[in-house]
Amino acid sequence: MKSLKAQLHSLADPEEELAILEERHPGGSESSFQKHLEQIGLFPLRPTPLQIFQINLGKMCNQVCKHCHVDAGPDRKEIMTRETMDQCLRIIQSESSLTTVDLTGGAPEMNPDFRWFVESIREIRPDVTILVRCNLTIILANPRFNDLPEFFRKNQVEVVSSLPYFTAMKTDSQRGDGVFEKSIQALKLLNEVGYGLKDSGLVLNLVYNPSGAFLPGSQSELEAEFKKKLWDKYGIEFNSLFTITNIPISRFLEYLIRSDNYESYMEKLLAAFNPVAAAGVMCRNTISVGWDGYLYDCDFNQMLDLKVDAPKTSHISDWNSAILSTRTIVINNHCFGCTAGAGSSCGGTIA
Amino acid sequence: MKTYYNPEDLKKFSKIGELQKSMADKFFSYYAEVFKEGALTAREKSLIALAVAHALQCPYCIDAYTTDTLEKGCDEEQMMEAVHVAAAIRGGASLVHSTQMMNKIKEISM
Repeated sequence: MKSLKAQLHSLADPEEELAILEERHPGGSESSFQKHLEQIGLFPLRPTPLQIFQINLGKMCNQVCKHCHVDAGPDRKEIMTRETMDQCLRIIQSESSLTTVDLTGGAPEMNPDFRWFVESIREIRPDVTILVRCNLTIILANPRFNDLPEFFRKNQVEVVSSLPYFTAMKTDSQRGDGVFEKSIQALKLLNEVGYGLKDSGLVLNLVYNPSGAFLPGSQSELEAEFKKKLWDKYGIEFNSLFTITNIPISRFLEYLIRSDNYESYMEKLLAAFNPVAAAGVMCRNTISVGWDGYLYDCDFNQMLDLKVDAPKTSHISDWNSAILSTRTIVINNHCFGCTAGAGSSCGGTIA
Repeated sequence: MKTYYNPEDLKKFSKIGELQKSMADKFFSYYAEVFKEGALTAREKSLIALAVAHALQCPYCIDAYTTDTLEKGCDEEQMMEAVHVAAAIRGGASLVHSTQMMNKIKEISM
């Protein structure tokens, strides 16, 4: 499977995606995300103190997942340079309110400077949580990645990994043939060095997102089910399960339109709009850095090319905390994905 | 084409109160109570509902509880097993009545 970009698909163009999100929105502009925020007094949406610095190290990935909001894959060559990483390091050092550096991609480990970057972050900020969104199969993709669990342990990196289900059929249908079996092997390797084990201090969290046009169920119930099934069948342990709602952009948007589920999925998100979740959306305490150094309110806005609404500081090289802390967060109708039901963020539910 | 069942009608379910409000309110409040986590998990209740939906052959309920069981993290195998439970009980309900037939055969045969 190729990326939408390599297929020259119209939905590889953010403008096309935004046109669909606006023009085909159920109820039109009267039921837009902005209108919903206005009704609960949250518009314009403003940031809270910056805590999470999320960095996209590149769109290159060894997998081509059907729902990927990054449209990542082996055919994507966009990757963060060491120069941009250096600029990120300066911000990580100077922004003392930061508690978490969240490394994502693609497969962030495929960036040739990944290990140098992680070690540098750990050196300048021993206190910060470094989180890697690891797709698991990368650990087995090439012998040079086999020691990643040990590297993560050494640098006290938290591992967050997607596993859509505890059976092969559902996992492979979303993430590709053979992904489940390799993911199980990788989880065992992570357990072997202590990840996910009680009291080891090495955190291994899993991410569940629905494999279709429906919302995730209760995070705590799914976590209990995953823990039981993975332990009984494979002897695998992990810390927490995060449920994440699929955001209607990129490949998931393409799927929704192709399968004629777009309107009903959006209606579902709208009906489940939760003001408490809206107040806690992750874009309020996060800055997302693109592979090329541009700044966004979140990873989804990044993929839609919706840069922070602060033209003087829209690139990491022009970082200005004062301006960023008073910016207005850029929203659109895809944001309903984060406010439905118990809410959704890169760290699971929020309400 | 006109049909008796229209998926859009499922969304109007809550409007049944327009003709009889107090009974509808009581029904929906009871319904919400039934599906809450209790001695059975919400997930187990959803699978029971899916099986009953098939026994009753209610297209609205089948749509609703296929989505609900998926959302609650059930997989296709579990869902199909639930439908087989419904089928087994329905089939069994017919077959167990054959004992009455057998009794009658005995009664009136030489």
